Amino acid sequence: MALKIIVCAKQVPDTNEVKIDPVKNTLIRDGVPSILNHDDANALEEALRIKDLYKDTHITVLTMGPPQAKDMLIECLAMGADEAILASDRALGGSDTWATSNALAAAIRKIGEFDIIFAGRQAIDGDTAQVGPQIAEKLDIPQVTYVTEFEIVDKDIIVKRALEDGYEKIKIGMPCMLTAIKELNEPRYMHIGGIYEATKKEIPVWGAAALGVDLTEVGLESSPTNVFRSFSPAAKGKGIMLEGDCDKDVAKALLIRLKEKHAI
Amino acid sequence: MAIKVINDKCKGCKLCIKACPFDAIDMAGKLAVINEACTACGQCIPACPFDAIEKCEERAAEIVDLSAYKDVWVFVEQRAGKLMNVALELLGEGNKLSREIGDRNVCALLIGHKTDHLIPELYACGADVVYQIDDPLLEKYTTDGYTKVMTDAIREYKPEIVLFGATHIGRDLAPRVAARLDTGLTADCTRLDVNTGNYIQYLNKCTTLDTSSLDPNSEDKNLKQTRPAFGGNIMATILCPKHRPQMATVRPGVMQKLERDETKQGILIKVEPAIVRADIRTEVLEVVKAAKELVSLTDAEIICSGGRGLGDPSGFELITEFAHAVGGVVGSSRAAVDAGWIDHSHQVGQTGTTVKPKIYFACGISGAIQHLAGMQTSDLIIAINKDPEAPIFEVADYGIVGDLYKVIPCLIEEWGNAESLFDACSKTAM
Repeated sequence: MALKIIVCAKQVPDTNEVKIDPVKNTLIRDGVPSILNHDDANALEEALRIKDLYKDTHITVLTMGPPQAKDMLIECLAMGADEAILASDRALGGSDTWATSNALAAAIRKIGEFDIIFAGRQAIDGDTAQVGPQIAEKLDIPQVTYVTEFEIVDKDIIVKRALEDGYEKIKIGMPCMLTAIKELNEPRYMHIGGIYEATKKEIPVWGAAALGVDLTEVGLESSPTNVFRSFSPAAKGKGIMLEGDCDKDVAKALLIRLKEKHAI
Repeated sequence: MAIKVINDKCKGCKLCIKACPFDAIDMAGKLAVINEACTACGQCIPACPFDAIEKCEERAAEIVDLSAYKDVWVFVEQRAGKLMNVALELLGEGNKLSREIGDRNVCALLIGHKTDHLIPELYACGADVVYQIDDPLLEKYTTDGYTKVMTDAIREYKPEIVLFGATHIGRDLAPRVAARLDTGLTADCTRLDVNTGNYIQYLNKCTTLDTSSLDPNSEDKNLKQTRPAFGGNIMATILCPKHRPQMATVRPGVMQKLERDETKQGILIKVEPAIVRADIRTEVLEVVKAAKELVSLTDAEIICSGGRGLGDPSGFELITEFAHAVGGVVGSSRAAVDAGWIDHSHQVGQTGTTVKPKIYFACGISGAIQHLAGMQTSDLIIAINKDPEAPIFEVADYGIVGDLYKVIPCLIEEWGNAESLFDACSKTAM
């Protein structure tokens, strides 16, 4: 089976490494590394596993971002992807999910035929989980999100999709969009030979003109949503000390507070 | 809107680069330059000591006729004939927004098959109108089926606002619907405002943001959608000024349900779905309800951590029992790991795992800086410690000074009674 797979990935700042300055209540970004978004690594890994099984599989990794996103694409190539493409242009900057999906769908049309698009469920900087489904909509293909298990059966795909209280087993044909979560697999490391090969590969950079997107469909000005205000969450003040006549009363008082806050 | 650097004023100090969450500022010689990663979040503006960065507000607003769009809609998600809790929370929030806009209908959009039994509950929880879309093909959720009937209904009835619970299904459906309608969507909101005065009050109470440029009496009726971004490190308020409907997914457990009113009646509008089997390109083979598997520390909603204050390794038996009772995961301080009481995989802190659960119980943990670094962004922190001077109390939302071996068993015993305790308490308050 010669499958064509496209993996959508994003380079993100490692938000777990971000600290808040306790005095100024601002972000400390110093030394925060840029990484391949976690869920996207799972998306790529699943594509690579298909390639392990069907050697003729061709994997293209696609990203949109600033020029330095190339570093992440090299990492993807070193993990075993065949090809990588960077959509990058000032005109694409500030795109919301609607505009981002327009640009990425245009890039996918330019890549040509495909059987499966894998994407991560969401990126850790925006946490929207919207771009995958919106690309699928623009390309008019079916989707399954939150995929935790993947299997090809005859000409169809059978996946497990996580729900809050269980899971669904879903059959979906190709071409389709699947979004991966951590439970899907354990991403592999780059291999040494792969790193060497990867740095030799050319990574095409496609601007808005190359993508053939209309400037009313991409970028900050065209995006339906925009940021009105942004701020740091309020610094935590000292909390409330709970007291009571006996331990039981204190425990009850705490539970009432938790219920009041909808925490439980 | 866009962020611009005023070249004459920029001194090349790079403070803006440090403030930018998105790596969107580069240096070109001695000037800061905004690159395409910019989301116009505005974090750099106050960071600049030279007032060299500005946000260009919208060009003269294009005239778009949005007046045809009315009413607040809630997608009332049901699974196997049972309403999700978040659907009722959103009806409550919908009522608040409707009052702020000026008496719009709050409408429940009920999609499924054989859902009649849910309608009285929707009225009782605040729906003025129920749009019911019923078809055997809609019995189980499918992206294709639900997207089709929902976009058709939105096109016909033109709601101004559409809210979804940010559940796995809501987050699957909403982006698809928004893309088909070519409108904006804001994910995982934790606060919604229409009234600018209320929004200013919220900002003043919860942030240090300068609100002097906002007019509390503004006639602006745009939905101000506030959400955490950047791993919860910043909050952003998002607008969708020129497209309708304004759509948002909202985190479960954040908004308030209305007091149930069984006498309340509403209007039922049955919408005939235009759907055939071929519209649905996936097949749900099986829906399985499963008890939650043991989750890792990073995914846990509740963490019960123990520290040196446990006294000896057997203390973790109580912590484990506690975690089991509350549906949580066991964590620990470094001191307890170093003492050999528990495996390193449980360690929370700078050299362990960074966690952000909904509730973090710190039991017998003094609160060393390195531990705080790994848990202080938890939604709620509860500290139980003998020593009233322990630094952990400085970051705790609720503190209990006492013997954890006495307090925790009480918590385990009463945990299941929280609802009735709360009800009893609110009754006596009234």
